[in-house]
Amino acid sequence: MTSTSLTKTIFGRLTWESFPIHEPILLGTFIVVAVLGLAIVGLITRYRLWGYLWKEWFTSVDHKKIGIMYIVLGIIMLLRGFSDAIMMRLQQAMAFGANEGYLNAHHYDQIFTAHGTIMIFFVAIPLVVGLVNFVMPLQIGARDVAFPFLNNLSFWLTVAGAVLCMISLFVGEFARTGWLSYAPLAELAYSPDTGVDYYLWSLQIAGVGTTLSAINMVATIIKMRAPGMSMMKMPVFCWTALCSNVLAIAIFPALTAAFFLLLLDRYAGTNFFTNELGGAPMMYWNMVWIWGHPEVYVLVLPAFGIYSEITATFSGKPLFGYSSMVYATVVITILSYLVWLHHFFTMGAGPSVNSFFGIATMVISIPTGAKIFNWLFTMYRGDIRFDLPMQWVVAFMLTFTVGGMTGVLLAIPPADFVLHNSLFLVAHFHNTIIGGVVFGLFAGMVYWFPKAFGFKLDEFWGKVAFWGWVIGYWVAWTPIYIVGLMGTTRRVHHFDDPSIQPYFIVAGIGALIILVGILGFVMSIVMGIVKRKQLADTTGDPWNGRTLEWSTSSPPPAYNFAFTPVIHDLDAWYDMKSRGYERPAGGFRPVHMPRNTGAGVILSALALAMGFGMVWYMWWLAALSFAGLLVVAIAHTFNYNRDYFIPAEEVATIESGRSELLAAGA
Amino acid sequence: MSDAITETAAAAPVWHVTEEHAHEHGGSGPTILGFWIYLMSDALIFASLFAMFGVVSTSFAGGPQPRDIFDLPLVALNTAFLLASSITFGAAIPHIEQGRVGPTRAWLAITGLLGAAFVGIELYEFAHLFAEGATPQRSAFLSAFYTLVGTHGAHVTVGLIWITVMLVQVGQRGLIPENRRRLMCLSMFWHFLDIIWIGVFTFVYLFGVIR
Amino acid sequence: MRTLLATGALALLSGCDMVVMNPTGDIALQQRNLILTAVGLMLLIIVPVMVLTVLFAWRYRRGNPDKVYDPTFDHSTTLELIIWSGPLLIIIALSLVTWTSTHLLDPFRPLERIAPGRPVPANTKPLEVQVVALDWKWLFIYPEQGVASVNELAVPVDVPVHFSITSTSQFNTFYAPTLAGMIYAMPGMKSELNAVLNKPGDSWGYSGNYTGRGYSDMRFQLRGMSQADFTSWVAGVRKGGGTLNAADYLKLEVPSEKVPVIRYAAVQSQLFDRVLNQCVAPGKPCMVDVMAQDSARSAESLRRLGHAPAGDTSMPAPRPSPGDPHNHPMSSPVRPLAPSASATTNP
Repeated sequence: MTSTSLTKTIFGRLTWESFPIHEPILLGTFIVVAVLGLAIVGLITRYRLWGYLWKEWFTSVDHKKIGIMYIVLGIIMLLRGFSDAIMMRLQQAMAFGANEGYLNAHHYDQIFTAHGTIMIFFVAIPLVVGLVNFVMPLQIGARDVAFPFLNNLSFWLTVAGAVLCMISLFVGEFARTGWLSYAPLAELAYSPDTGVDYYLWSLQIAGVGTTLSAINMVATIIKMRAPGMSMMKMPVFCWTALCSNVLAIAIFPALTAAFFLLLLDRYAGTNFFTNELGGAPMMYWNMVWIWGHPEVYVLVLPAFGIYSEITATFSGKPLFGYSSMVYATVVITILSYLVWLHHFFTMGAGPSVNSFFGIATMVISIPTGAKIFNWLFTMYRGDIRFDLPMQWVVAFMLTFTVGGMTGVLLAIPPADFVLHNSLFLVAHFHNTIIGGVVFGLFAGMVYWFPKAFGFKLDEFWGKVAFWGWVIGYWVAWTPIYIVGLMGTTRRVHHFDDPSIQPYFIVAGIGALIILVGILGFVMSIVMGIVKRKQLADTTGDPWNGRTLEWSTSSPPPAYNFAFTPVIHDLDAWYDMKSRGYERPAGGFRPVHMPRNTGAGVILSALALAMGFGMVWYMWWLAALSFAGLLVVAIAHTFNYNRDYFIPAEEVATIESGRSELLAAGA
Repeated sequence: MSDAITETAAAAPVWHVTEEHAHEHGGSGPTILGFWIYLMSDALIFASLFAMFGVVSTSFAGGPQPRDIFDLPLVALNTAFLLASSITFGAAIPHIEQGRVGPTRAWLAITGLLGAAFVGIELYEFAHLFAEGATPQRSAFLSAFYTLVGTHGAHVTVGLIWITVMLVQVGQRGLIPENRRRLMCLSMFWHFLDIIWIGVFTFVYLFGVIR
Repeated sequence: MRTLLATGALALLSGCDMVVMNPTGDIALQQRNLILTAVGLMLLIIVPVMVLTVLFAWRYRRGNPDKVYDPTFDHSTTLELIIWSGPLLIIIALSLVTWTSTHLLDPFRPLERIAPGRPVPANTKPLEVQVVALDWKWLFIYPEQGVASVNELAVPVDVPVHFSITSTSQFNTFYAPTLAGMIYAMPGMKSELNAVLNKPGDSWGYSGNYTGRGYSDMRFQLRGMSQADFTSWVAGVRKGGGTLNAADYLKLEVPSEKVPVIRYAAVQSQLFDRVLNQCVAPGKPCMVDVMAQDSARSAESLRRLGHAPAGDTSMPAPRPSPGDPHNHPMSSPVRPLAPSASATTNP
């Protein structure tokens, strides 16, 4: 008896059965991941890179490095989220009639939950945050963000959330509740195992990171713009980053609160969202959607900013209607907060309430439409170069308008009554997220890659990625729209009606084409590295850009700008180029910079341990890690030595090195 | 602004700042703004908890109701402690600004004691309710009550830890700019908790009893 | 190659029965028409945008020597006016459509017509059907006929049907695409749906909202039949089925998957109300009674505090205010139950 209770105390509810050694798919995945992981660890050890990674990357407070790490995290998690997508497509293409497919409901339900959760929280958010982190300070002429340490901590908390989510693949279960874990299904009574706990803890930990990062970005944009850069001279990408992060600050508390209350229900036996003793599960739906709808604008606004920058650059013209673009962004930000109820028109709120939320939703399409027209008229009378980023923009404009149209359709309550929870809805949001956000992120990554690394991505494989995604998107999602109109609901793992099988087979082929696109993108990075000499950019301005980030070297020095630039016009770098700007060659001063710190990594590791302890009811681990969090956080405040100066001579050396490069290139 | 741009013609626009102000070093910079934004997001967490409480404020499920369990005189006393602690923190501010370490630490300590008294009374109240069987599991109303009041109490506890840390740090290093900045943030945090408490006192306790 | 693609596309489309676009119920038909109107209105702006995108992308490409390049063109008040007012006008039109259609097609609103041009005859009493979503099957109770069925919903054509919908544990959606749109089935709450089927024939109904393991197979057969066939269906159920009392219901409530059609010849009266109030199990107090007692107790303690209006010493126990049944399913009026449910509550 004592030995079992001791085991229980130490391991909580973790037992040998928690490891899915009987699931061949998971076992295979685990072996692949383990082999790959060991290979990477081995290579890093072999080339003695641990010290370098720790000193130069993991503990770095440089916004550029943190931005790049966010993007690496996003791409790795994209591979995971996309494997889930392929598995779902395969299952739905197979499982008709007597054929139950290769996944049972237990497994399939975890996969679609994980797919949605990972794609939003650990792919889209890190990629968006990463691009904002990398680009925005450069665009406003700053040397770093307002709170560099907080930036590092935000990143590592996001990683901790992602790692906890990934652990669930091999230790225990992930949630089988859908990506928002609706109550009452997510309550202990109906989901007793570890799944929902993994979900809640990983998102709470990552959510703290996202909120802190948003606060950081807003403070940076408001306080740290270069002299002369009034708000209305700020690049559109910074405006969209500002609105996106303001929105994130406004919505994440609602999600945090909803998850907090659900956690209390599950751990403390309270009755917030239960069916018993006065619980109000509907309140959970309201709270998560107060977060959930604006969240898509948190993601898509920066993408809109990316399209704006790229369209202006490659059309060789200033953005058409800059101020209306800014107003449109602000209007979208405000309106997006007032539309959440359209996610459950069918819960039976009265027709007046439904109409209000429906019309508010449609009104968002007005500023969005204005944006599309602004890009259109930026191209008008332009001199358009169709480099890869610009191709993504055109594909976006053609794809996203369809998604916008089906979105307005879903905003009409009586139409939503037949389309809600159907695959039509699923097709709609993939249309906007892929056509709007993902295309934008790829455009942004291709566009700013040379700024980050000093060479362009490989063009051929970039085209493979582009066509794979664009064709793949249409092949994969058009049939899903159609089966939605045939009355097929979402999250179904087995069908009886054989007449819809061809559509799922086509959709599966589409997913494979998207896979080609994803691999193409990975290849374009690999081949870019291989051919980096040929693809090198010595000018720092490979696309003939218009904004400030192109004025510095590629990759930029740690201090970004030897002298803080003074801004006179909206397209600051274009203004500098056209009015005879010359790089300063001397008179450099020491540059004041923040110092690296390992506190972010340690705090996040403790948060991860605490989350794991809570998931498995290992109370000692949770309590110890929580105490550790407090101690390390307090100890960190006793460290007053947080900054240093890069000596003027070092700045001079770096800058003269660049002068030589420029001279050699010219 | 002279030496770095000597090469360009005199009429050419100024492209650089050559004389940097020692940015961020101790001064408030973006910190106060950033902390204020954090407080706003925290306020939204409380707003969500208030909304939750509002939705289930009459979901008693046959269990205890506000008039059965709330001891208004005790809560009023508690409120007085917290409000007084805001005043004593206010009393520390001129000393912080003028760099007087001793009075600053004294007022901080008094603030901390008042805050500790607040937390202590709240714990006493909770223990009393538990003894009566009014536990958070009993009804949605009680769940929301404990969570809203308890989350506020947890914030006050964090504030107490912060006050303790500041007492030590001000003692070690005096009122250097970093510590002043931290004390300004702490002061905002402490007053913020006061405002939240006024909401809790009004909407949870007073409305609960008179409605 | 092209012909192959074309035939492939045709084969796909001909094999597809878009029930949402081709429904057999009048409500679903109106919803379909609304979708078509809205799409039409939006295409007014979508098509020009897509055409212009391709046109501008082609005309202003760098390789085109004949284009006009104006590197400073970034503002035009006229264009801005058009850009903002075009979508605005479309949205105003759509908003009007939305406002009226949302009110007309409100699921709680009694039907006015059976089909286009066929108003509901005066004094028609709609057929009452009570729907309970269980894990993972649908229970349909016909209170007027006194019968019930699982996973089979028989409905006479051209007769207005009024559904009262609830659930035992999860948030489900009751979704019969041929009949009308979907509506949530939620524990402790009652949703309503008014609809009519215009053509006889069988089709499928689903649970639209994911509820766990057995969700995929939680379907029901929707059977539209003539009034005469419906009468004989009821008679058949009365002859062949078992009974459904509280004990049977509690057995049925146990989660199960892929449940075949079950028919019940007799149903305990007020079973639906007890499900709604979560008091089918013996000894469990009904929600509505608990709430009534809570209000009574609250009023009593207030009176003792001396706040009650003078002379109102015998304040009746107020029922939980039903309010406008439209406002919220939570406030849908729930009928008080027989006082059999014990007044004590669980400790």
